[in-house]
Amino acid sequence: MGEDGSSVELLNALIVFMNFVGIPAITYGSQLALGALGLTLVYGILRFSNFAHGDTMAFGAMVTILFTWGLQALGISFGPLPTALLALPFGIAVTAVWLLATDRVIYRFYRRQRAVPVIYLIASAGVMFVTNGLVRFIIGPGDQRFSDGERFIISVREFKAMTGLPEGLAIKTTQGLTVVTAIVVVTLLFWFLNRTRTGKSMRAYSDNEDLALLSGIDPERVVMVTWLIVAALATIAGTLYGLDKTFKPFVYFQLLLPMFAAAVIGGLGSPLGAIVGGFVIAFAEVIITYAWKKVLTYALPEAWEPSGLMQLLSTDYKFAVSFALLVVVLLFKPTGLFKGQSL
Amino acid sequence: MKKLVLASAVTLALATSVAAADDVKVGVIMSFTGPIESLTPAMAGGAEMALAEVSESGALLDGTTLTPVRGDATCIDSAAATAAAERLVTSDGIVAMVGPDCSGVTGAVLANVAVPNGIVLISPSATSPALSTAEDEGLFFRTAPSDARQGVVMAEVLKERGVESAAITYTNNDYGKGLADAIQEAYEGMGGSVTIVAAHDDGKADYSSEVAALAAAGGDVLIVAGYVDQGGKGIIQASLDTGAFETFALPDGMIGSSLTDDLGGDIDGSFGTVPGTDSPGAAAMVELAAAAGVSTEGPYVGESYDAAALIALAMQAAKSTSSSDFAGSVETVANAPGEKIYPGELAKALGILAEGGEIDYEGATAVELINGGETAGAYREILIEGGEITTATYR
Repeated sequence: MGEDGSSVELLNALIVFMNFVGIPAITYGSQLALGALGLTLVYGILRFSNFAHGDTMAFGAMVTILFTWGLQALGISFGPLPTALLALPFGIAVTAVWLLATDRVIYRFYRRQRAVPVIYLIASAGVMFVTNGLVRFIIGPGDQRFSDGERFIISVREFKAMTGLPEGLAIKTTQGLTVVTAIVVVTLLFWFLNRTRTGKSMRAYSDNEDLALLSGIDPERVVMVTWLIVAALATIAGTLYGLDKTFKPFVYFQLLLPMFAAAVIGGLGSPLGAIVGGFVIAFAEVIITYAWKKVLTYALPEAWEPSGLMQLLSTDYKFAVSFALLVVVLLFKPTGLFKGQSL
Repeated sequence: MKKLVLASAVTLALATSVAAADDVKVGVIMSFTGPIESLTPAMAGGAEMALAEVSESGALLDGTTLTPVRGDATCIDSAAATAAAERLVTSDGIVAMVGPDCSGVTGAVLANVAVPNGIVLISPSATSPALSTAEDEGLFFRTAPSDARQGVVMAEVLKERGVESAAITYTNNDYGKGLADAIQEAYEGMGGSVTIVAAHDDGKADYSSEVAALAAAGGDVLIVAGYVDQGGKGIIQASLDTGAFETFALPDGMIGSSLTDDLGGDIDGSFGTVPGTDSPGAAAMVELAAAAGVSTEGPYVGESYDAAALIALAMQAAKSTSSSDFAGSVETVANAPGEKIYPGELAKALGILAEGGEIDYEGATAVELINGGETAGAYREILIEGGEITTATYR
């Protein structure tokens, strides 16, 4: 085989890799990162592991879906982009009201009691069940479809026609949208935390509560702003996940584990860690359960061509991967990769 | 004294002969409680329709009537089903039974009640391939095809469509696993190549990694032995999105209106198999059931009618109501040669048999018993064309 032949082969290997591993993992990683950011903020500032976060995402996505249907019924669309983007601000607003209400009714009581974190954790499990039931009560336990607009940025057929290669690459609109939105949201969040007065007071409160109180920071205000940001993050993450995959209340509950794993691996309380953790989990899950046969067939010389599937673990074990990573990190580096608070 | 003994003897003889010739009990053992309780009233209704038709005709063995006796098979509790069947045999004195319905309890009743007591058992709805090899001493029959049969039919469809290699994914339960195994065995037996057999779990949001593994293995088509309203559709959607597969082979669980509602023209050219027949018996059954007030909307009503009808026809052919006598006649009346019999024609069939003629009972579901007493099953081969499910052929 000549020099050209092998470079085409390598290109094919790369395309197969991107189509089945790279793009799905980047998208999934962005969704996890947004979710984990919400978890890590609650942990850093309110100091507890918020079990209700997955269902908060479901709640936010549900409200967004309801508004999306309303907009669609009115005939309003967003051109090639999903109408759900227009409905997002409404979803965030309603979710913020819901989170502030749960804080007012439940968490504030324990804050005044200066309760230990484990009590918050159990209380948040209660909030989780209530939110869970509420979402099912309003929108039902089944699948909901609300995506519209263009389905693909580039489809497999178009890609093949364009490049003339035997392997195709597809990028869905929702995948592109997820990554772009995640970058915008994360940039805004970091700007807010590092550059604004409120953001700085939140970090101060997170670093040392007593010192922050002494310097005149209003704790209730910090808590309120935190919940507002969490509402925005959860709604955006939930809606993007629903757009890209499917909206089903139970699925968000299942997402809690990989999101927690992402937050812990990155270091609880560290926003940067949450993002890195999200991508580590996403890539680990996909890479370990991917069957490498096709990629290796292209990448390796013919004599080394694998006959088996070259799959480390069956896809059934996807969640086990995040569990295993979580255990390894807790054993060897309990503070996570980015020196968060230890559990 | 002599007179009295004689009189008693005569009375006794009369009584016995009356009981033997004029009224015979047939068990209708269905899961009236449990997971399929919504289906069983219509199924039992179907069986009782056939028994009533026979009794009213007066043509069975010089006017013998068949009386149904119901028992609860529960679908999931083998002990309860066995007890119910045992009671029907020992205290009600049934001579044969229609049912049970679910595969698990059918196996239990067959082994614990039917075989020890020598009672014929015809199940209208047990589809587990495992029952094909159960120890039955020639007493077990079923009018619903084994899932193994669908595997063979699917393999034939694949071969006829020129599919050389296929990947299989199945929903992670007994139905999916059994069906996937059956398809793989039959297809490989016909020279096809199966690249991978992988399970998928229902109720997940994202099937891209499952599809990635299937795509790595490759294949001309993807066989999806799952449920259309569950993971099966997610698998197809993810396959289309990534360009992993374009054509899908779909067994019965995947054939539903939501398939074409959601995926539409994207899966044009995909094909599948689903139980169904174009036999005139199916239409006759619907009419007959409507007249009797039995709903035919649910599945296995025709199969239940056929099961009961086969019992009566076999009795007539063997000229006996004893299971040990007529067990051997069930296949004879169900299969060719002979005149074809459809629902509502049981009186005619009994007449033909009484005169020593032969019948080929087609019934509501085109009954054809093969492989030691299970129906071959009629399947409809479907093709997705222009975003619609169309009938390609019946097989």
